[in-house]
Amino acid sequence: MNSYLIRNVSVLGAAPTDLLIRDGVVAETGAGLAAPDATVVDADGLVALPGLVDLHTHLREPGREDAETVETGSRAAALGGYTAVCAMANTSPVADTAGVVEQVWRLGREAGLVDVQPIGAVTVGLAGERLAELGAMAESAARVRIFSDDGHCVADPRLMRRALEYVKAFDGIIAQHAEEPRLTEGAQMHEGEVSTRLGLTGWPAVAEEAIIARDVLLAEHVGSRLHVCHVSTAGSVEVLRHAKARGVRVTAEVTPHHLLLTDALVSGRSELASPALANNWSPGGAYDPVFKVNPPLRTATDIAALRTALVDGVIDIIATDHAPHAVEDKECEWAYARPGMLGLETALSIALDVLGPRWDLIAERMSRTPARIAGLTEHGHDPVPGAPATLTLVDPAARREIEPAELASRSRNTPYARMTLPGRIVATFLRGEATVLDGKALR
Amino acid sequence: MIRHLLSGADLDAETATQILDTAAEMAAVAGREVKKLPALRGRTVVNLFYEDSTRTRISFEAAAKRLSADVINFSAKGSSVAKGESLKDTALTLQAMGADAVVVRHPASGAPHRLADWVDGSVVNAGDGTHEHPTQALLDAYTMRSRLGRLAGLSVAVVGDVLHSRVARSNVLLLSTLGAKVTLVGPPTLIPVDIAAALAPGTDVCYDLDAMLPSSDVVMMLRVQRERMNDSYFPSAREYARRYGLDGPRMGRLPEHAIVMHPGPMNRGMEITPEVADSPRSTIVEQVANGVSVRMAVLYLLLGGNNR
Repeated sequence: MNSYLIRNVSVLGAAPTDLLIRDGVVAETGAGLAAPDATVVDADGLVALPGLVDLHTHLREPGREDAETVETGSRAAALGGYTAVCAMANTSPVADTAGVVEQVWRLGREAGLVDVQPIGAVTVGLAGERLAELGAMAESAARVRIFSDDGHCVADPRLMRRALEYVKAFDGIIAQHAEEPRLTEGAQMHEGEVSTRLGLTGWPAVAEEAIIARDVLLAEHVGSRLHVCHVSTAGSVEVLRHAKARGVRVTAEVTPHHLLLTDALVSGRSELASPALANNWSPGGAYDPVFKVNPPLRTATDIAALRTALVDGVIDIIATDHAPHAVEDKECEWAYARPGMLGLETALSIALDVLGPRWDLIAERMSRTPARIAGLTEHGHDPVPGAPATLTLVDPAARREIEPAELASRSRNTPYARMTLPGRIVATFLRGEATVLDGKALR
Repeated sequence: MIRHLLSGADLDAETATQILDTAAEMAAVAGREVKKLPALRGRTVVNLFYEDSTRTRISFEAAAKRLSADVINFSAKGSSVAKGESLKDTALTLQAMGADAVVVRHPASGAPHRLADWVDGSVVNAGDGTHEHPTQALLDAYTMRSRLGRLAGLSVAVVGDVLHSRVARSNVLLLSTLGAKVTLVGPPTLIPVDIAAALAPGTDVCYDLDAMLPSSDVVMMLRVQRERMNDSYFPSAREYARRYGLDGPRMGRLPEHAIVMHPGPMNRGMEITPEVADSPRSTIVEQVANGVSVRMAVLYLLLGGNNR
C-alpha cells in the first residue's frame, strides 16, 4: 500500500499542517513530519475535506452505457472530490432486484475510484404499483439501505406508507422524488412568467410541495425515515421546516443547479443567483435543453430560500442528481429532450459559491451528513489521526472555465459550459489510495 | 431588418409598421391580373411542416410563389422525419440544399429557435406548439388597421383558450408594441399565469365577456379544442358557449364600428355562432386574404428584397 505525505495542508480551513497517510488511514498530523518512503504531495494553499458523498447519482449502467458507465461516472466523481456515490435505480433493467444492485455494486468495486452504493427501486420497474423485493436488496452484497423510484414519484399514498413502514425492519430509508403526477402531466418547465412567455406547459411548485407535505405526515404517522430528493421550491422549504420542528425524521437534499440557475435561462436570458458567476457568461439561446431538468429550474426567490435553508440546516445536504444524457437526447426540441444535467465535477465549485469558504459547513452538507443518511460508515470522517484516509484536497483559489469536452463523464450535458467556476479538486484519496492526483484521475 | 421572425417580440414598432406598409403594397399586386413579382427569383423558400396545417402552408406557398421564389414543401409525413430523422439533421439537409428561408410549423414550442441555431437562412415561425404564430398576429394587425384605420389606442379583447394559443401570445406582444390595449378573456383555467409580466405590461385579464363587449373595438375569438373538454378546463361545450361564445345578442352589445375576428378554423356553435361568423362585422375571410400579403411582406423583407 502506498503512503502519502501531504505537506502544508489546511484541514477544514485550520492552520497548515502535514498529514501522513499510511495503511489506509490518517497516520499522523503535525508540522514537519518525515516519512522517507512516502510520496510527497505539496498542498500549499490547499484545503483537506473528508471525501465527498453524493446521495443522488445516475450512472446509467446497465442500459445506457452510451451516456455513462459506472466507471466513467466513478471517474467524474473522484475528479469532483467524491469518494462515495449512491447510484440511482432507474437503469435498464431497473435496479429492483438483488441481482441488478449486486451487478452495479460489483462494477463499482472493479472501477475502484469511489465506493458505489446502489439505491434500490421502491416499486417493481418503477411502475408505482407494487413493492420491489426491498429486503432481498437489503440483504444482498450491495447492502442497500436507500430505496427510491427517482424519476418517478411514489404517488400512491398507500404504497408510500407501506414502503416507509417496511424498510424499518432493516433501517432503510425512502428517498422520494416529490412530484404529484396529475399536476405535472406534460410539464416542461417551472410554471410561471417564463413558461407563459415560452408557451411551455408549467410544472407548478405545488406539485412538489403537496407530496412533501403528505409524505412528512406519513413518515410521522408510521415513525419512519424519509429523505426528500432535489428540493426545489421555497414552499417545500417551509413544509420541511415545519416538519422538522415537529420532530419528523425527514432529511432533504438540494442540487447545485437549483442553488444557482433560474428558469429565465430557458428563455436565453442570463440570470443566475450569483452575480460573480454571471460575469461574462451567457446561455447559448432560448429553449436549449441543457437547462431542462426535473424538477425544473425555479425562480430567484426559490433559490434564495434554498440557500438559506442549506445554511440553517432545514436542507441537510447537497446532492448532485448527476444525470448524463447522450448528445441526441439533448440536441433536439425542448419537449423531446430528456431532463437532467451533469453535476459531479462541478458540485464543489457551486457549493463554494453558495457557502463560501465555510469548510466545516461544506463538510457537513457534502460528506458527513450524506454519509450518515446513507449508512456509509467508512465515509464522512474528518482527516484526523486514526480516521480512514478518505479525503479530498481542494484549491479554493483556483478558477477554471468549464469546457464540456474536458469532463470525465461520457456525456456533455453540463449547464455550466463556458462559465468560470471557483475551486478545483487537486487530489482525492479513497482508504489511503490516491484516485486523483494533480487534478488527474489515476485510473 | 431582422434575420428571423420567431416571435412577436422580435418586432419593434418600426419594423412591424414597415411590414404592414409593405403588405399593403403587396395587396395591390394581388388585385392585378398577373399576381407575380420577380423580387425573390432564384431564392429558395422551404415550407417545413411538422403539423398538418393546409391553410397556413398554402398561404406561405402562395406568398413565396407570388414573389417568384422556388418553393419546396417538406412535410413530416412520409419523409425522412417519419423515419426518425432529428430536427438538427433535417436542418443540416436544408442547409446543404441552400434554403434561403425556412418556414416552420412544429408541435413543440421553441422548435424554430432551435432550427435558427442550425441553419444560415432566415427562419419564419409558422406556429410552434403553444408558443407563438407571429405572422398570424401581423395579418390580424393588418386587418384591424385596414378596417379601423389605426392600431394605437384600440381596445382588443382576445377571447377563449389563451393558455394553449400561439395566436394569443403573438397578438399580445405585437398589439402592445403597436399601442393597442389587449384584454384577455376566458375562464380562469385557460388564462396562463403572470401573463402581463410574461408578455406585455398593461395586458389585462377579464373573466366576464359581457363586461368587455361595450368597450371593445375588436373581439378576437380563439378556437377551443374539443379535447380540452375532457380535461376539466370547463364543464361542457354548452357551458363554454354560454359563458364565452360570441352569439348575435352579444354581438349587438359591441360598439357600431367594432369588428369580430377569428384565426380559423372555427368551431361554429362553440366559440362563435354562424350568425356572427357570417355577419358584416366578421373579418374572417379578409384575414385569410391578408395573410398572403403579410407573408409576402415578411419573406420579401427578411430575404433582403428591399436592399436589391
